[in-house]
Amino acid sequence: MELLSHDILIVGGGGAGLRAAIAIGEENPKLSVGVISKVYPMRSHTVSAEGGAAAVIQPNDSLENHIYDTVSGADWLADQDAVEAFVKEAPEEMIRLEHWGCPWSREPDGSVAVRPFGGMKIERTWFASDKTGFHMLHALFQNSLRYENVTRYDEWFATRLLTHDGRCQGVAALELRTGQIRAVAGKGTILCTGGAGKIFPFTTNAAIKTGDGMALAYRAGVPIKDMEFVQYHPTGLPGTGILITEASRGEGGILLNKDGKRYLQDYDLGQPLDVSDANHPRKLTMELGPRDRLSQAFELERQKGGTLQGEYGDYVHLDISHMGQKKIDKKLPFVRELCKNYAGIDPVSELIPVRPVIHYVMGGVDTDIQAATSLPGLYAAGECACVSINGANRLGSNSLTELLVFGRRAAQAAVRFHGETGDIATSEIMAQGEAEQTRIRERFFKPSGGKETISGIRAELQSAMEDGAGIYRTDESLRTACNKVRELQERFERIELADHSLTFNTELTTAIELENMLDVAESLVHSALARTESRGSHQRTDFPDRDDESFLKHSLAYRTEGGDPRIEYKDVVITSLPPGDRVYGSK
Amino acid sequence: MAASDTAKKTVSLEVFRYRPDQEDEPTFQTYEVPYKEDWVVLDALNYVKDTLDGTLSYRWSCRMGVCGSCGMMVNGEPKLTCSAFLRDYYPNPIRIEPLTYFPVIRDLIINMDDFMNKLTDVQAWLQPKEEKPVSEGEYLQTPAELAHYKQYTMCINCMLCYSACPVYGRHPSFMGPAAIALAQRYNLDSRDGAADQRAEVIFTHDGIWGCTFVGDCSRVCPKHVDPAGAIQQAKVTATQDWYKSLLMPKQK
Amino acid sequence: MANKQPTRAGKDYVRTVPNTWWLKKKTYALFMVRELTCIFVGGYALFLLALVSRAGDEAAFEALLRTPLLIALQIIALPMVLYHSITWINLTPKVMVVFRGEDKVSPALIAGVNYVAWAVVSGVILWIACCKG
Repeated sequence: MELLSHDILIVGGGGAGLRAAIAIGEENPKLSVGVISKVYPMRSHTVSAEGGAAAVIQPNDSLENHIYDTVSGADWLADQDAVEAFVKEAPEEMIRLEHWGCPWSREPDGSVAVRPFGGMKIERTWFASDKTGFHMLHALFQNSLRYENVTRYDEWFATRLLTHDGRCQGVAALELRTGQIRAVAGKGTILCTGGAGKIFPFTTNAAIKTGDGMALAYRAGVPIKDMEFVQYHPTGLPGTGILITEASRGEGGILLNKDGKRYLQDYDLGQPLDVSDANHPRKLTMELGPRDRLSQAFELERQKGGTLQGEYGDYVHLDISHMGQKKIDKKLPFVRELCKNYAGIDPVSELIPVRPVIHYVMGGVDTDIQAATSLPGLYAAGECACVSINGANRLGSNSLTELLVFGRRAAQAAVRFHGETGDIATSEIMAQGEAEQTRIRERFFKPSGGKETISGIRAELQSAMEDGAGIYRTDESLRTACNKVRELQERFERIELADHSLTFNTELTTAIELENMLDVAESLVHSALARTESRGSHQRTDFPDRDDESFLKHSLAYRTEGGDPRIEYKDVVITSLPPGDRVYGSK
Repeated sequence: MAASDTAKKTVSLEVFRYRPDQEDEPTFQTYEVPYKEDWVVLDALNYVKDTLDGTLSYRWSCRMGVCGSCGMMVNGEPKLTCSAFLRDYYPNPIRIEPLTYFPVIRDLIINMDDFMNKLTDVQAWLQPKEEKPVSEGEYLQTPAELAHYKQYTMCINCMLCYSACPVYGRHPSFMGPAAIALAQRYNLDSRDGAADQRAEVIFTHDGIWGCTFVGDCSRVCPKHVDPAGAIQQAKVTATQDWYKSLLMPKQK
Repeated sequence: MANKQPTRAGKDYVRTVPNTWWLKKKTYALFMVRELTCIFVGGYALFLLALVSRAGDEAAFEALLRTPLLIALQIIALPMVLYHSITWINLTPKVMVVFRGEDKVSPALIAGVNYVAWAVVSGVILWIACCKG
């Protein structure tokens, strides 16, 4: 019997996972890499990112500016050493991606173009029209095809980390086509599984964003860091949650309440310039404020009665019509297509209905600045990781760059570990793989005698998250959410699958994803309950101020068998920027 | 039911089912789903899976037409089910089948191994004609040069074009619209220098010369990539290259 | 057991493509009609060769032309050749892509230029035939 085995395993084939695989292909081609992904790589959610990826290239810009914008955008919860490394490596990574074929939009002289983005003092957001994530993912995926040392396991769903002797030695994964759980061994394992937006009901995220890697790490004893910080993107379509990129505001789009007023001026985000003003949009003001502040402004405007009411809840208007058809077709063609298809309006002449929807998870698997977790042999990069460079609120266009910088860092760290580590305990890992097969079969294929449904529990979870852990939270709302999550975890035990097939059983995968979502939700609500302050995207109406004395720290949620997670704290790394106030809207 | 209840609008889905664990032949199963003005076929399938029949299997993810997962045959036409609105079919029944010309693994899920292999076969990656270290910055490319290949970068690998191509249906060895369009994407990229290597793969009987310009691929492409155009342009290039090699044999 | 070469519980279902595939869709049927018109284009080319070969004996050729068979051929061939020409001219923008800076020259213009050229050449030939013959 043979054990499937590689030198390095990567779980997740999106931007971070592919960058990690390419890094090993380029720098250590003698090592074999296994990329395990529950979907084909070009389906990964990186594909739907639109606006751009940030890296300093303008002569009037500086690394210090990018660092300051990121740290202040993070409401000082970002580790400054991580941000410094990130900002420094960003330009080189972006140029490397260009060399691999990424079709960046250009200036007339042929150099890469950049656009303004929320929370950034100077333009540094590289873009490929308004489908940047799509173009980056396809450039990475197509480039990854050239490396013979990379083997892909497409549509293999990792269900468990296999650990032995205090280190991660591989994963157990469900091969969808055959229904078999196989152990795959690797001296280094890198989690690149993305975020968990699907625990909320309205999200820009795709169906696959269910926090799988975070749950895998959590169950293996690795803490989930800063999970209470989840980002609402201010402009998603009501109902579907489909993303209308921040770039539409970067190119001059404005937000209007039900009376046609640019309401952000009432929320400490500066004064509006007329759209025909040469300086509009002014960076760091109004519609180019950071996402957490804009989403909070929406909620406050809603409470004042300034928003419109629709079938899918309240909304406001995003107006890009003043840009004219030519500019919209050139700079925001995908936005126009999405509005026409899914909102039934043409933004060239009509207003786009938008509202805040969950978009990104700042929290995730706790890693250091080399992408290493507390479990030797386990690394994490991308949205599933929390280094932290995004702190309490992420600036738009930092996450696509993060995939490249930390994808590579994780690969390099995993390779170093590989060189220093002894062999895999083959028979132990194989035995664990077999045990996982038995566990899954018994867990999900036995009759439970219960009447719970996957869709029912999922809908209740999403509702509980939006009500209890939304834009504004209270002790009461969070306790209710904690209890609800616990209740749903118990009820989940009584789910019964109708599909017992071994061939491509998507009911089984949906059940496993729901289990992962419940674990991630648990870490989120308990971390939020414990953080009695307001910072960035975590806003408590019962504790409305930022409390650096007690909470200039990361929260770490450790899973506890049969009980509530244990929440511990770790200091934020401060180097050059002592904690200050975030200021937007001033001249 | 109270007399004041108005009948809720519904629509009928006739769905291809194939469960290899249990049966050798596929069947069709009919489901009644609610009709909503803004629902797409994918919403209807999700309703079936969530509330009526958890055993129905299909691929989907982004639901906004960019990941390429949810391609299926809807009333005989290849469509992204996330972009096919129920209102365009209502009140008639909607027939949903897996993408045609591909083997079926289960229910609406096709075997796409052949397509994935072809992406590697056409060397779908940039091979720059000049070496340039990263420290020297980006390759310059004007907006006009970008425009030359931009359209062919838009492929989301949804494979609707393969389901529209009768050549691929009858001769699966044909490279197919998306793979050749992707090769052209790199051939026309001003930074690339590997057109000759790709020519050996695509200027062949199973490459561009297998195409008889039915053109249905471009008609069904949800991203307007126009793979048929890419293939015909490649034919022009191939023909020009052939004449050049005849008339100027000493030039490479 | 988990790590053996797994056997699948069943196999892929392969749907056969029948010889009547071109009747399944309107676009396929129209495609076949377009392809079949090339028989008439080729046939007419043979006819023109026959014309050239009988260039000396106009009377015999004229007699041939008046036969019902050849009149029928002319009546069928004309719409076929027209359909062939129109479909192919309409496809020329796919083959000839012209850029002006960042923008593609409109397909209507490319096809239009071809139509104009067709009209001009036809006009010249008609003029030679009617006024010079």
